[in-house]
Amino acid sequence: MSRDRNYPETVAGPFETPPLTFEDREGRRIELRPYDGDGDDEVFEALVAMYVAFDPADRAQGIPPGGEDRIRSWLEGLLEKGSLNVLAWDDDTVSGHATLVPDDDTYELAIFVLQAYQESGIGTRLMQGLLGYGAESGVDRVWLSVERWNKPAIGLYEKLGFEISGSESFEMEMSARIATGDG
Amino acid sequence: MKILLGIGGGDDSLRALEQTVSRAVAAGDDLTVAIVDDPGAEHPVDDIEAEVDRVVETAGLDAEVRHVDGDAGSELVALAESEGFDRIALGGGTTSPMGKIQLGSTAQFVLLNSHVTVSLVR
Repeated sequence: MSRDRNYPETVAGPFETPPLTFEDREGRRIELRPYDGDGDDEVFEALVAMYVAFDPADRAQGIPPGGEDRIRSWLEGLLEKGSLNVLAWDDDTVSGHATLVPDDDTYELAIFVLQAYQESGIGTRLMQGLLGYGAESGVDRVWLSVERWNKPAIGLYEKLGFEISGSESFEMEMSARIATGDG
Repeated sequence: MKILLGIGGGDDSLRALEQTVSRAVAAGDDLTVAIVDDPGAEHPVDDIEAEVDRVVETAGLDAEVRHVDGDAGSELVALAESEGFDRIALGGGTTSPMGKIQLGSTAQFVLLNSHVTVSLVR
């Protein structure tokens, strides 16, 4: 994964930084909060519950994995790798999760929104919140992969400043350069 | 069943080797292992060859081991089609730091071009 990857010249952002609260298009109060996995079992269990309820039709390249045991070990792995996470809360339900996972001196990004909360503007706010949180934490380059038929997701990433950086594979790669807090 | 296992220098190839060999023992498959060129792989080709010998011997399997030079994908497909193999088996891809499955160019070429059934081993 350490191969050269192109990043846009244009720097995306600045993005607002969580914690923050907004109302989604369905009128639900959604709160974005960072999560670092430290000793907060209730939060971890709520995150597991989101992925247990997740529709397998929205899996991407094998994640989230199926079955609670695999979900737990996947999430524990993300937290152990020092990932940066933002959760979208509707009361005490996790409705979305976005994460930046260290990859050499860059970060790989992924975002998942529970089906009942899709198309309500949460994905956009969650992406912005994660990029804001990442920038504040010193992240300056992020990349992701997306299936090329997933036009809504590609549209969202482009809107936020991502550009296609590789398309020779079944899935497409996109990357962005983001403004860090001190820049 | 006559099976052609194509392996390069990735960890997914080593998993495919273990699983395909144990399946061959259980099912009585006629297995040929083709070691392909894999520039920039995690494991050098000599290590792969030693590992193939070890796994095949441990299993007590009589498998042919070959080296395939040139473009791995097209050579595997040509070999499978010209020599009457029933199936090509390959490693099922590497994973990104996030855990996303990523297929290499060899697997993509074989999947799209082979007229022989393809198994990706996970």
